[in-house]
Amino acid sequence: MKLFFSILLLIFSFQNYANTITVCKDCKVSSIKKAIELAIDGDTILIKKGTYKEHGTTIIDKSITIIGEENPIIDGEMKGTIFSIQATNFSIEGLHIINVGKSYLEEFAAILIVNSQDFQIKNNLMEQVYYGVLIEKSSNGIISNNTISSNAKEEAHSGNGIHIWHSENMTISNNHITKMRDGIYFEFVNNSTVFKNTSKNNLRYGLHFMFSNNDEYLDNIFETNGAGVAVMFSKHIKMYRNLFKKNWGTASYGLLLKEINDAELIHNIFENNTIGINADGTNRILFTENIFLNNGYAIKVLGACYGNTFSKNNFLSNSFDLAYSGHINQNVFDQNYWSSYTGYDLNKDGIGDVPYRPVKLFSYLINKTPEAIILMRSLFIDIIDFSEKVSPIFTPADLIDSNPQMKKIRW
Amino acid sequence: MLKILKYSFYDLSRSRWSYVYFVFYLLLGIVLLFLNNNLSNAVITLMNVIILLVPLIGTIFGVMYYYSSKEFTELLLAQPIKRSSIFLGQYLGVAISLSLSLVLGLGIPFVVYGLFESAIIWDFFSLLTTGVFLTFIFTALAFNIALSNENKIKGFSYAILLWLFLAVIYDGLFLLLLMYFQDYPLDKFSLIATMFNPIDLSRILILLQLDIAALLGYTGAVFKQFFGTSLGFFIAMTMLFLWVVLPVARMLYVAKRKDF
Repeated sequence: MKLFFSILLLIFSFQNYANTITVCKDCKVSSIKKAIELAIDGDTILIKKGTYKEHGTTIIDKSITIIGEENPIIDGEMKGTIFSIQATNFSIEGLHIINVGKSYLEEFAAILIVNSQDFQIKNNLMEQVYYGVLIEKSSNGIISNNTISSNAKEEAHSGNGIHIWHSENMTISNNHITKMRDGIYFEFVNNSTVFKNTSKNNLRYGLHFMFSNNDEYLDNIFETNGAGVAVMFSKHIKMYRNLFKKNWGTASYGLLLKEINDAELIHNIFENNTIGINADGTNRILFTENIFLNNGYAIKVLGACYGNTFSKNNFLSNSFDLAYSGHINQNVFDQNYWSSYTGYDLNKDGIGDVPYRPVKLFSYLINKTPEAIILMRSLFIDIIDFSEKVSPIFTPADLIDSNPQMKKIRW
Repeated sequence: MLKILKYSFYDLSRSRWSYVYFVFYLLLGIVLLFLNNNLSNAVITLMNVIILLVPLIGTIFGVMYYYSSKEFTELLLAQPIKRSSIFLGQYLGVAISLSLSLVLGLGIPFVVYGLFESAIIWDFFSLLTTGVFLTFIFTALAFNIALSNENKIKGFSYAILLWLFLAVIYDGLFLLLLMYFQDYPLDKFSLIATMFNPIDLSRILILLQLDIAALLGYTGAVFKQFFGTSLGFFIAMTMLFLWVVLPVARMLYVAKRKDF
């Protein structure tokens, strides 16, 4: 009976509302603005192939679907925001939006969404944008399969790929973002998921996370960004299976953690970063089954980090596995595989019989005198590292991995 | 001079030690490549070997050769040959045969492994270049020590002390100075201090191609800026070259005036 009614309702609504307004150069409706003016709730606007020089299009309180056929080009001619939307239940698909203007005063975006619910931004191509998708005070949005790029040159004069402020239940997936300021920016965004995105060659962060709780980001690729990925002032974040790669530079990290509590990092790969993870004021975080490969520092722990657990990670040929400041250790290192471990395993249980000390005296010295890096891999340094390993004086004595694995951990 | 070079070279190539040295590098290369599977790790291990072992072998071998061929040298001195050609010939004979052992010993396994197809060839090339430079530098230093010391025991001890100083003690003093003056800007100082030690200089030249990620900390950037540019590289190479030329010049100067 229920099904019957809903089918009836569907047919009913189909007959009454579901008009399709076609926009093309030679059609009755030749501009997108006009089409939106004509449209009512439930309508579909079909934009045919062509170039439309329009900006400042607004959609207010209209639940409509905009579909681009064969990627019609919407050219903003560098004059400002292209779509500004305040509505529920709408979607924008298949458009090719170019030339959003730049401004120091306003945040021009390809698509600006304010106070909206239940929307989808899919399969769009955005080039030469200032902000790509800018979302404020909204909820239940899906942003997927978009390609966003620009040519950001300086931080003050560039915007973010996907910028979300004060929103909830957002899903960001399969987007490809390059050459923006921040690839994806979250501020006060809760209960959201970021997955399978690629964020590359951005000026500042691949992903920037501020004051956002209960979010998860999974299977993303962050490569050659100015400073890597930053997660700050947030709680209950889940980070699984991400790849942080080639974030090189004087102030560059794979992942910067600042004031993060109760997060989980599992199955991530950190490869060729100056610093794999830079942790500052992070508490109760579980780092497990991650791979740290060829980083300058795999992990750098600054002050106020308590109750973190580093277990079952693979540390492979990093210049330094761990840098630590201070004498007190409140974190647990257990059952990791360290490629620079030189101990033995007499009882053949796969666990090294001698504990491993991940902090070298040299990394302590470099913290004090950065110029000492010039002595790296000198015989003298090896000698003092060895003597420090035998009887620790400068490095925290209880900072050990008591169960270092003899073989690389697989999962 | 060429004739004497030829004689000492042939003399050395008949010597057991050249073969031991050659076979050692050959084995090292094979073990590192075929048991390790990781080319860049192999290059790092090789770097450790080259910056320590090459100078050591160079000094010991140089001193040994000078003392053992002393009678032959005195015989040559009685002939109408210029002194500079005698000593230069002997020096080049030793240095070239040692370099050849090094280059062939490491080169053969790498070529067999298929080095030319790999991207690491430049790292390897700079490794061999610095290795050859170090051989020439330390053989020259060894000849200097041997020329100035008639007493064999003394000569050997000075040679080992020299190696120990440049390989270990110098870095210790360097680090002490860095720690002591850590409140001052030290990047210029540390650049200059590395220039005065051929082992440090070679190490940095190789490292900048390998461990760049770590070196790119904020001071690392200064070093990279310096050695990364063609000017910095040119200066570093000039310094290595000077490290060869100056000891050789002193050797010839002393040899000319020495009363045998």
